[in-house]
Amino acid sequence: MSSGEESGTPSIRAIVIGHGDFSAGLVSAVGQICGMGGRLVGLSMMGLTPEDIETAIRAELARTGAHVIFTDLPAGSATLAARRIVKGDASMVLVSGVNLATLLDFVFNTEVSPSEAARSAAERGKASLIVVERS
Amino acid sequence: MGIHLYRIDDRLIHGQVVVGWGQPLNARFLILVDDLVASSDWEKELYRMAVPPEMDIYFADVATAIKDHARYAADPRPGILIAGDTDAMQRLVKGVRAIGSVNLGGIHHRAGRAEKLRYIFLTPDEEDQLRALEASGVEVTAQDVPSARAVPLSELLQVASK
Repeated sequence: MSSGEESGTPSIRAIVIGHGDFSAGLVSAVGQICGMGGRLVGLSMMGLTPEDIETAIRAELARTGAHVIFTDLPAGSATLAARRIVKGDASMVLVSGVNLATLLDFVFNTEVSPSEAARSAAERGKASLIVVERS
Repeated sequence: MGIHLYRIDDRLIHGQVVVGWGQPLNARFLILVDDLVASSDWEKELYRMAVPPEMDIYFADVATAIKDHARYAADPRPGILIAGDTDAMQRLVKGVRAIGSVNLGGIHHRAGRAEKLRYIFLTPDEEDQLRALEASGVEVTAQDVPSARAVPLSELLQVASK
């Protein structure tokens, strides 16, 4: 059965990092929905010190050439590590509070800069949070 | 109210602290005791931005935390105190002499440390510091999140190093 992923080697545009298997789950979901999971790299921070988290993100950014970091919780260690990276490199962009709608918008938005794509994705992610109650 | 949790956690402020413990304890303030963070405006701003608006955060080096501990403890709101390593907590306990229990929340792998739990790795010196803490009358347990079992220090140190 096809995985639905893109053929060839897609350009990796962002690192996704969070607690537990959060990032692997999100990247897998992007792949299942639109076949573009290969444009993201998922990292877990399980068992890592803050220094190790920062090192792991830096290594993946260097390896892939990505300029965008998505993290789960604004208060999380990954977000703190990513903020240190962004502080020292104006080409990097951090989006915290990532959800599936955010990533789906991002992987399709290839015609604009990483920064613009990140901003658009964040807006889409915010808009995807809705509360439905029985009226 | 005052300080409900004294925690050693090398990640300092993060999800387990703010959400995992902060919500069930209804924590309204955090005290981050770390000499390096307390001396850097940028580090303080970094951690301040990680805290939700309903929580206050106070930064202190160990000496200041000892001096101000009575004020923290008298706060009518529930709070959490976090130190980044065993050394800082040991100095705090020695200076305050009013801390009854210490939670080991996260001391992660680095060279020279041996694994005790998946979130606790200790050097022999750190083991000795924790033994000294307990010998001084402080209950020391390892517990990363409230729903986990609190593992007593004696049990923790019996774990064969991996």
